[in-house]
Amino acid sequence: MRLGLIAVPVAFFALFFAYPVTAIVARGLQVDGVWQFGRLWDVLGESDIRHVLWFTTWQALASTALTLLIALPGAYVFARFDFPGKQILRAVVTIPFVLPTVVVGTAFLALLGRGGLLDELWGVRLDTTVWAILLAHVFFNYAVVVRTVGGLWAQLDPRQEEAARMLGASRLTAWRTVTLPALGPAVAAAALMVFLFTFTSFGVVQILGGPTFSTLEVEIYRQTSEIFDLSTAAVLTIIQFLAVGAILAVHAWTVRRRESALRLVDASVTARRPRGAGQWALLAGVLAVIVVLLLLPLAVLVQRSLDAPDFGYYRALTDADGGVFLVAPIEAIGNSLQYAVVATLIAVLIGGLAAAALTRRDAGRFVRGFDALLMLPLGVSAVTVGFGFLIALDEPPLDLRSTWILVPLAQALVGVPFVVRTMLPVLRAVDQRLREAASVLGASPWRVWREVDLPMVRRALLIAAGFAFAVSLGEFGATVFIARPDNPTLPVAVARLLGRAGELNYGQAMALSTVLMVVCAVALLVLERLRTDRTGEF
Amino acid sequence: MSNTHKRITRQRCAAVVVGLGMVGLSACGSSDSQGSDTGGSGSGSKTVTLVAHDSWAVSKDVIAAFEKQSGYKVKVLEDGDAGQAVNKAILTKDNPQGDVFFGVDNTLLSRALDNDLFQSYEPKGSDLVLPEYRADQDQHRVTPIDTGDICVNYDRAYFSEHKLAPPTSYDDLVKPAYKDLLVTENASTSSPGLGFLLGTAAKYGDDGWEDYWKKLKANGVKVVDGWEQAYNEEFSGSAGGKKAGADRPLVVSYASSPPAEVIYGDPKPTTAPTGVATGTCFRQVEYAGLLSNAENAAGGKALLDFMLTKTFQDDMPLNMFVYPVREGAQVPEEFTKFGPQAKDPETMDPAKIADNRDDWVKSWTSLVLK
Repeated sequence: MRLGLIAVPVAFFALFFAYPVTAIVARGLQVDGVWQFGRLWDVLGESDIRHVLWFTTWQALASTALTLLIALPGAYVFARFDFPGKQILRAVVTIPFVLPTVVVGTAFLALLGRGGLLDELWGVRLDTTVWAILLAHVFFNYAVVVRTVGGLWAQLDPRQEEAARMLGASRLTAWRTVTLPALGPAVAAAALMVFLFTFTSFGVVQILGGPTFSTLEVEIYRQTSEIFDLSTAAVLTIIQFLAVGAILAVHAWTVRRRESALRLVDASVTARRPRGAGQWALLAGVLAVIVVLLLLPLAVLVQRSLDAPDFGYYRALTDADGGVFLVAPIEAIGNSLQYAVVATLIAVLIGGLAAAALTRRDAGRFVRGFDALLMLPLGVSAVTVGFGFLIALDEPPLDLRSTWILVPLAQALVGVPFVVRTMLPVLRAVDQRLREAASVLGASPWRVWREVDLPMVRRALLIAAGFAFAVSLGEFGATVFIARPDNPTLPVAVARLLGRAGELNYGQAMALSTVLMVVCAVALLVLERLRTDRTGEF
Repeated sequence: MSNTHKRITRQRCAAVVVGLGMVGLSACGSSDSQGSDTGGSGSGSKTVTLVAHDSWAVSKDVIAAFEKQSGYKVKVLEDGDAGQAVNKAILTKDNPQGDVFFGVDNTLLSRALDNDLFQSYEPKGSDLVLPEYRADQDQHRVTPIDTGDICVNYDRAYFSEHKLAPPTSYDDLVKPAYKDLLVTENASTSSPGLGFLLGTAAKYGDDGWEDYWKKLKANGVKVVDGWEQAYNEEFSGSAGGKKAGADRPLVVSYASSPPAEVIYGDPKPTTAPTGVATGTCFRQVEYAGLLSNAENAAGGKALLDFMLTKTFQDDMPLNMFVYPVREGAQVPEEFTKFGPQAKDPETMDPAKIADNRDDWVKSWTSLVLK
């Protein structure tokens, strides 16, 4: 049974991830069919490369710590407090995560660079320092922590903590011994996500770090795409792969040690209006952080997109004869939505099957290893995957190179880990005895899943789908390698408009970014509505 | 419209396929490639596929005219920026994605030729190509299509406000009057950045360019990774830079950037807000060629012929912001008015670029960035 569940995701990853990546690495490292692993030491011997490795690691650690520090209070506030506009705000804080890095880089320069807010208030400029990179990483990953940790936190029964306090535990002790262990896997999952994203950060580092700061991912891109040294690129890919694999192994180990069945309750009953000065101050603090760190950069984009009379930049988007595209830029919205829907379907199916197979605690070593394996696409450079697709998927029966399905496939690859990571903690928290009871009463495995698991994880499933959808909308790295010029996606269109001189092009890029933001916000809001409408069925 | 419709039905197909657990995905994929217009299955194909970098642009009626006259349908595959497109074409040369490749320039030409990317073909009209742009005259594997200059642009407003004459030459750029004014791009990742480096190497020679860059560095040159950032975020003369409050009035860009500022101005200004330092230019030539193993070689040849016709060469400048290479092709008024072509740009033999490019970029990186 479990083998059947897992066969589909395994085949998917073998075909659309392992095979293309191996093909491109082999192109770089094989000479006449013989692997040249000796190159590994040559490349590692270069001081430039060691410098890149060191910078990649420490900035990722720093970014992760900073993100947790800033976003965990946010997760708490979203999980436990009721306040007006909460739904909208939860959707809004997720927008940065799905925006293409070209856009975010532009927004951040406007904020932290010359003439930005900090500059005007205190004459501080951060655009050439590592702080710009760290803050942009927080900007991007805030939602990861709020959603991953907050999603579970909202469903933890607060009465358990109250019971502990009633029994004499201090507030801190109750939190430390009851809530924290229950949250552990979710915090670990979120931290791991953030670390992965920042360890493999590309656009942010390239734009905000300038040519002096370089991560492994940036270096792989340069070696592959600009310098065309496939052998060095292959070595760096392997190094990044090993590093990411090691991180995932550690993560899998910590999760296994901590996971336990949790009593989950409907999120709507756990949230209360803040009480007392302390809670109001916490809420105000979190809101202030959101405004300064997340909304301000977004507002700069909107403001710049409106910098022409009568929505001039928006009207220009419908003009097909601008010359930059074969179609009017506005059509990119339709393309993006269609691709994202297909990618979400694929990601939810593959990720859902994988999560279902991984749920059982008695899962064998193979299955547990697969858990970590599913995360690997997040740790492999988009340029590697893109180039891999190009040389691997070019022969029948897998001649997909010139078909549109390649775009959603690449996007789904990035979406699946989100689905798995969002659903797994919740699925694992379902009390196994419920399933056993259903089986004993004669339910088939399918029926057990439908009647026990599904109602309890529906929220998680929707969050997962929302994430997969949003990630697909904003996915840029791999898409830019495979999207067709007559069907550009929104991020690809933005990047191309930014790549041209002239006020109208720049304005259109800002307008299109704003449109992307709004589309994401609407999609995320719809999901928020959907969630609360259904909670009654729990 | 029919295209949209087709796409939707295809996606239903995908949804069904996904529902079945990916079984038969390849079946869907292949039926798609038969049913649609993908590049020529078989030799009698009526579709010719052009692989280009993503600055490719052409007027619709011009392509329609070619399709009508030749009977071929043109499919365009834009494949990343100039460097990426070449690299991807090389990676896929045994099973190319199209028939014709457009957009390899003189800085990367040798990489394409050394990797046997192209097969020989001398298009009709090759004799009308201005002699200074011709290349590979023995084998005719590539055909020059357009040309342009990479030059320092300056912000007119800044220099008139400060009552300072804008720089006109490489030598000017290292003078104290222009300290902390220039922003350029990383030569290892950006093609204008590389062009500017090659320009200085051509000007000051193998031994002199490093000295020049030491002086330029001492004079406060700023290096950013890509053209987009340099031009839109750092350069005070561009539309984006003005909004960003940029403070560098000199940027390495193209000779055709000032006309672009006018044409895409909103509202259109009567004079260009930026100008070109005509003594700081490096000549870039872009070539096209018939890909080795092209499926539709006949169609590819027809397309190459067409790219040298006066119709195409006249249409090109305002679409791609480049200059024509064909004798007698029209240069638009905006170009002559706002961005005159440099009279005496630096040039370099592609073979010399090939021999030195990687070493120069490496030395440049440790000299300027470290």
